[in-house]
Amino acid sequence: MTPVATPFFFYMLSGLMIVGGLLVITRKNAVHSALALILTLLAQAGLYLMLYAPFVAGVQIILYAGGIMVLFLFVIMLVNLERMQKEKQFNKQWLVGLAAALALGAMFVAVYVKGRALFPEHVVPLPEGQNTQSIGLMLYGNYMFAFEIASLLLLVAIIGAVVMAKKRI
Amino acid sequence: MLNYVTSYLDKNVQVTPGQAGNLFWALVYILCVFGGVSLVVVCMNWLERKILAHMQVRIGPMRVGPHGLLQPIADALKLILKEDIIPEGADTVVFWFAPLIILLAVFSVYCVIPFGPTHAITDMNIGLLFMLGVSSLGVLGIVMAGWASNSHYPLIGALRSSAQMVSYEVAMGLAVVSAVLMTSLNAQGTGTLSMIGIVQAQQSQHVWFAFKFFPLGLIAFVVFAIAMVAETNRAPFDLPEAESELTAGFHTEYSGLRWSLFMLGEYAGMIAVSSIATTLWLGGWMRPFPNLLRAPAWDMAFSLFPALTFFGLAGLTFYGAARMAKTSFFRLQAMGLAGFGGVLGLIGLILLLPPVRTGIQDIYWFVAKIAGFLYLFIWYRATFPRYRFDQLMKVGWKVLLPVGLGVLILTAAAGVVAG
Amino acid sequence: MVPITTLHYLVVAAALFVLGVIGVLTRRNVVIVLMSIELILNAVNLNLVAFSRLWGLHGQVFAIFVITDAAAEAAVGLGILIAFFRNKETVNVDEVDLLKW
Repeated sequence: MTPVATPFFFYMLSGLMIVGGLLVITRKNAVHSALALILTLLAQAGLYLMLYAPFVAGVQIILYAGGIMVLFLFVIMLVNLERMQKEKQFNKQWLVGLAAALALGAMFVAVYVKGRALFPEHVVPLPEGQNTQSIGLMLYGNYMFAFEIASLLLLVAIIGAVVMAKKRI
Repeated sequence: MLNYVTSYLDKNVQVTPGQAGNLFWALVYILCVFGGVSLVVVCMNWLERKILAHMQVRIGPMRVGPHGLLQPIADALKLILKEDIIPEGADTVVFWFAPLIILLAVFSVYCVIPFGPTHAITDMNIGLLFMLGVSSLGVLGIVMAGWASNSHYPLIGALRSSAQMVSYEVAMGLAVVSAVLMTSLNAQGTGTLSMIGIVQAQQSQHVWFAFKFFPLGLIAFVVFAIAMVAETNRAPFDLPEAESELTAGFHTEYSGLRWSLFMLGEYAGMIAVSSIATTLWLGGWMRPFPNLLRAPAWDMAFSLFPALTFFGLAGLTFYGAARMAKTSFFRLQAMGLAGFGGVLGLIGLILLLPPVRTGIQDIYWFVAKIAGFLYLFIWYRATFPRYRFDQLMKVGWKVLLPVGLGVLILTAAAGVVAG
Repeated sequence: MVPITTLHYLVVAAALFVLGVIGVLTRRNVVIVLMSIELILNAVNLNLVAFSRLWGLHGQVFAIFVITDAAAEAAVGLGILIAFFRNKETVNVDEVDLLKW
């Protein structure tokens, strides 16, 4: 299928992402931050679709927006954050932190400007309907070991989270 | 412009409007889906009250119209005219958005549901993954609703409901993966995640996936059927909105039109998961026995079913009208009921015309299977006692998850052995 | 309108990364710090997937692994948060100072 109105969708989705990111780091209410993060994640799934990565987009929505953010919202509700909302939101070294982050951003810009020649636009013609199948073959072929390690990591995370949150071990 | 619109009506077009890039017909399909779902929700309201009542040896609403047929309209009017109360201290923005998120999540599932080989809004290559993803976004709406109400009953209801939905999503996912595995047991060894592809795989393998590798397909189907009841917060898993326990759970503080949005979301969710189950296990739009009984006479016999259904309904309506008391008070109601029966009979007659008859087949069988599922939902509500919350979580994690995993492994083994 | 190249996606990812770093360095609420870490991970994912369009599917596979790891890390991080909250009744990063002299 031929892509349509690509610049419009790109600017809209990335605008939503940046706005969502700004809302995450500036809101007093943690629930509002979580909802802004959900907006960012959904816009990112849209960007993945534009980059012809439908499987990663689906995984992003299921795991990140529908799993991790539900976990965050659960914990925000279990932990009483009412008192925190009335205190100061930014710590004492916010200026240094901002300067460091902006310096990092400037470094990114410098790298991209200098290295423009390194990104030639030869686009690999990935067969569009075969994305899921190809990723599946790679996951169970080349990256089998990493796959098994990831499942072990998830097992450790489950046990760790349960132990951490128990009242008596 | 006219060419763009009519290009989709060409007989050789074998794709959905979304795939053909025809946005006009995609919009038409979207409006049809909205209208159809709203109509079914209205009917479900009446049907649920009547069927529950008859199962409990009483008659349901009888006053508003003949046999209570205008009850849903009265309910809708009441809800629209009620005062919109927002509790003090509630987070207004989140309070506003919560029902919208649930409706968005539920209605997005309808984008990929196929009512026929080309009768879907669109057919994505990752249709099933999309469906799982957006149905998991519905949990966020419930959590937002419970949090924004600034009251402890909704909060507990929201936390319980989201824990339940997240747990049963895992079991649902495993059952779905078993069905997808069965699509790959064809000659090329390629499976597909697209919904239309799954029904066509059932068509080419000459078996509904519920009956494949008996009893594995059936167990996967039953796991999905149980998980989908828990996903939609319906009895017997309806502790989060149980009236005797939590005074209506996460939608306690919602009144009037906002509450009706929740109700719409719940019924639309029931229809959505029923249609997923139909597509994945019950052969989607295929009529019963498409390969066993293949002769044109059987095709003709099965194609008469839509008309016969409507004639049956018209017959029941006329019987009800004839049985009404003959006093002047009931005369208007009897006339209205007879008129309704006449309309149903007319629709039945229209469905007898050959071009309509062949065109309506796919949609009719799909809707008939969904109707069966919806009746099962109402039957469960009337019959089963409610699960306690720890029992609910125990069933989700300790029973359905191992069974789903076992079915997946055994299906894979059976596929390797059979192929 | 200039066509959308890979560089556009990289710039968006860099902006998101910088926003995440600002969130981690300047906020006092632990939950929001954890959410900023998720922003950083998402920026990295966007970078990976943007490059995978040029150089093959390996970027997308790596992105899937990053999402899996982010889930595990969020679970453990929030577990630690709950354990800490049970002790100190606060989610302020400045008050995590039990080892200070």
